[in-house]
Amino acid sequence: MTAAEPLVDVADVHVWIEGSHILQGVSFTVADHGVTSLLGRNGVGKTTTVKAILGLVPRTGRIVFAGRDITADPTHAIAAMGIGYVPEDRGVFAGLTVAENLRLAERRGHTPRYDLVHDLFPELARRANQPAGTLSGGQQQMLAIGRVLLNDNRLLIVDEPTKGLAPRVVAEVADAVARIAEEVPVLLVEQNLALVRRVAGQAVVVDAGRVVHTGNVLDLLDDAERTRELLGVSKTSVPAHGQPGGAA
Amino acid sequence: MSTVVLLVVTGLGLGALYFLIASGLSLIFGLMDVLNFAHGAFLTIGAYATWWASVYLPGAGGDGVGFLVAVAFGVAAGTLAATLVELGVIRPLYGRHREQILVTVGLSLAVPALVQAIWGADPLPFPRPELVSGTVTLLGAAIPTDRFLLIAVAALVLAGLLLFGTRTRYGLIVRAGVEDRAMVTALGIDVRKSFTLVFAIGGAAAALAGALGGLYFGVITPFQGTSLLVFAFIVVVIGGTTSTVGCAVASVAVGMVQQFANYYTVAGLGDIAVVIVLAAVLLTRQGGLAKATAGRVA
Amino acid sequence: MNVDTDTKHTTEAPAAPAAPVAEAVRRPRRVPAWVAPAVVAVVLLSLPFSTLRIPGLFEGTLNSPSTLHVLATCLVLGGLATSYDLLYGRVGLLSFGHALYFAAGAYLAVLLMGILELPLLWSALIAVASGTLLALVLGAISLRVSGIALAMVTLAFAQAGSILVVRDPGRMTGGEEGLSLNPDLVPDAFIGVVNTVNLYWLAVGYVVVALGVVWWLSATPVGRVWQGIRANEQRVSVLGVNPYPYKLAAFTVAGALASLGGVVYLVVSGGVTPAITTAEFTLTLLVMVSLGGAGTRWGPLVGAVVYTYVDHRLLQLAASDVFDGLPAVVRAPLSQPLFILGTLFVLLVFFFPGGLAALPSRIHAALRRRAAAA
Repeated sequence: MTAAEPLVDVADVHVWIEGSHILQGVSFTVADHGVTSLLGRNGVGKTTTVKAILGLVPRTGRIVFAGRDITADPTHAIAAMGIGYVPEDRGVFAGLTVAENLRLAERRGHTPRYDLVHDLFPELARRANQPAGTLSGGQQQMLAIGRVLLNDNRLLIVDEPTKGLAPRVVAEVADAVARIAEEVPVLLVEQNLALVRRVAGQAVVVDAGRVVHTGNVLDLLDDAERTRELLGVSKTSVPAHGQPGGAA
Repeated sequence: MSTVVLLVVTGLGLGALYFLIASGLSLIFGLMDVLNFAHGAFLTIGAYATWWASVYLPGAGGDGVGFLVAVAFGVAAGTLAATLVELGVIRPLYGRHREQILVTVGLSLAVPALVQAIWGADPLPFPRPELVSGTVTLLGAAIPTDRFLLIAVAALVLAGLLLFGTRTRYGLIVRAGVEDRAMVTALGIDVRKSFTLVFAIGGAAAALAGALGGLYFGVITPFQGTSLLVFAFIVVVIGGTTSTVGCAVASVAVGMVQQFANYYTVAGLGDIAVVIVLAAVLLTRQGGLAKATAGRVA
Repeated sequence: MNVDTDTKHTTEAPAAPAAPVAEAVRRPRRVPAWVAPAVVAVVLLSLPFSTLRIPGLFEGTLNSPSTLHVLATCLVLGGLATSYDLLYGRVGLLSFGHALYFAAGAYLAVLLMGILELPLLWSALIAVASGTLLALVLGAISLRVSGIALAMVTLAFAQAGSILVVRDPGRMTGGEEGLSLNPDLVPDAFIGVVNTVNLYWLAVGYVVVALGVVWWLSATPVGRVWQGIRANEQRVSVLGVNPYPYKLAAFTVAGALASLGGVVYLVVSGGVTPAITTAEFTLTLLVMVSLGGAGTRWGPLVGAVVYTYVDHRLLQLAASDVFDGLPAVVRAPLSQPLFILGTLFVLLVFFFPGGLAALPSRIHAALRRRAAAA
């Protein structure tokens, strides 16, 4: 695989859910380094797009991961190829303890990197025997992120990691995402433009089930007019440079 | 006082029986969304296989070690039947919940009918080992000994299920899968591999319930499983599917309500009291299974 | 709705030799909608006047009392299955308690006649009204949940009814024995072998009512909401329509039709047994509907008629000496209709989704494929 070749190549992907045409021919690529941010207003199909990559929704089209066509593969096989997924609702198992949540995520053939996880989120080590359902929202998010860092993944898909978190926790989670992105390519779905600006990278803007813009994140965000046009005047508005916060 | 003790122990015994059926039912439903009507058939198979072994199988018998061998044979038969049902009937219909329910309905009718064709519709007297015949006096109440056996076995099964759930990887996968199957697959785990296992465990527990039910009722009949299954369904609705302990508590509650209502009101009203409890639970609470399953099967 | 017109061949099958299938396929596809009901009606109306013998299918002539009685029973269950399909096939509600309302109609009517000595008509009216009310109340509770939980809850309510009947409180319900109709309170027209034809007419009447109500309601705006609920309940709610009253309406209407069926069944069979209260009985309804084709116009009726007839015939054969030459291993299972029907049903789900109603279109598709290949 040459450096120019993208890690993920999504081509003309359509998704129908119960008769609704949610994705109407989405095409984009995810670079093999840094962050690719999937942006757009609420309900335009960002989450469905990442679910389509993972095979969590029935889809047509063609999806290539690391040079291999994964369109026909089942979800577990796709994930086992080295994709870590942090879903929008965090997807932690409430009835399992923190330690059990992590143990479940251990993948065969990998040495689990507990040192890294506990270094990044010491809270998880302290609360190892606590049921995940009793954790705060921020702690659950840390568990969800920690879970995918346990294995050596080739891509992380992180869906709205700061959604619904207290401002102080948003900063902590943002730090973690930025740090992770230095090591592993990340496909990030995010409404919090402060975080997007901070991790920079490429932007893919989705609207009404289609990709309407691709390019450098900073080029887009620096153009206030264009940002407003593509992403709408969100409550966060377009943030000033490098100020994390402003809950989505 | 002695009446209350008798009712409590008998209620616990009945609850134990319900737990053995409902625990597998709730695991299967929780993990796979399959409402397994064939579960009563596993119970029937377990009961008749145990009875058959106690009469015909060399080494097995109606008493002592021989009875243990007979029960082991019955449980093995139930486990095998459940495994075959999952592999042969449920698995090919994966993702089609309606069809899965329909085939288990077909099996729930066909299997007891087959048993009836072979051994007749009349109740068969079930062997009663020396150890669990007669009564024990506890706090002034003469309690049939088999009640204690039922409670002990159910407690062991509960402990075994809890250990399986916390100490083994498959146990973790099953517990997590009951909560959110899609997320488990997104972690790179093939959940389907654990489906057969869950069916086998459920079948084993149901077959055990068949053998113990034979002790409890003294006789076995082809359609015994179907009527017990209804109460197991009620236990699953009240207890929810996410926790084995919740299932155990609901089993005991249903058994108790039934016993006390049957004694203090007209016989038969206890069974109806259970249904009233169910209605009350549904009307006052939108949690448990009711919440978890709303709209799961269209 | 091509399926409707073609399916009538299967409807006739037990009564008259069906026209060759190929002929049905070659016929122009568009047949007016009234043709199928008209043909079925003519066949049903002419049966009691037919002295035709169909060896192998029926023992006597078509208008012999024994044949008419079998047909009447088939038709009552056909109407009942049609009412069940209103829930299962039209609205997509999985109820496992439909036997309760059928049994309520039958038992209440026989009890009113037995205890209060009310005449049949009054007993029937009160029984159907009570059964409807029961469906309304229990439906209001059960429909607070949906999907599998609904299935379990309806099953539990029905089981309570079944237990009540079997436990025989106050020696009223006759327990396992059931109750028989007091002939003094039944109009003479329904008494005696010579009047079997009137039982048949009663059953035909019930089927017409059941089909008529279900078809008519399905064509109204309410029916369109039902269709929406069946396809996607959430979307119906999003559109600002509360599905609950619509589901409750379906539950109540289905319950009312079932109670009426119970009364008709009581008169046709001359009594009731607890067999019609059991969970197995509801499950067989599900089998009948799936066999014929859920959510289709004729499917439930056809499925129920075929099922009931086969069940009856298998019992007859088991009692006769037909199987005597067979070894015990084969003979024993064959003597259990439920075993054969349950097994057939499993195979049907696998290899024949859509049931009998899907048969004509399947044959048509196969013939087209062959024509295309040639």
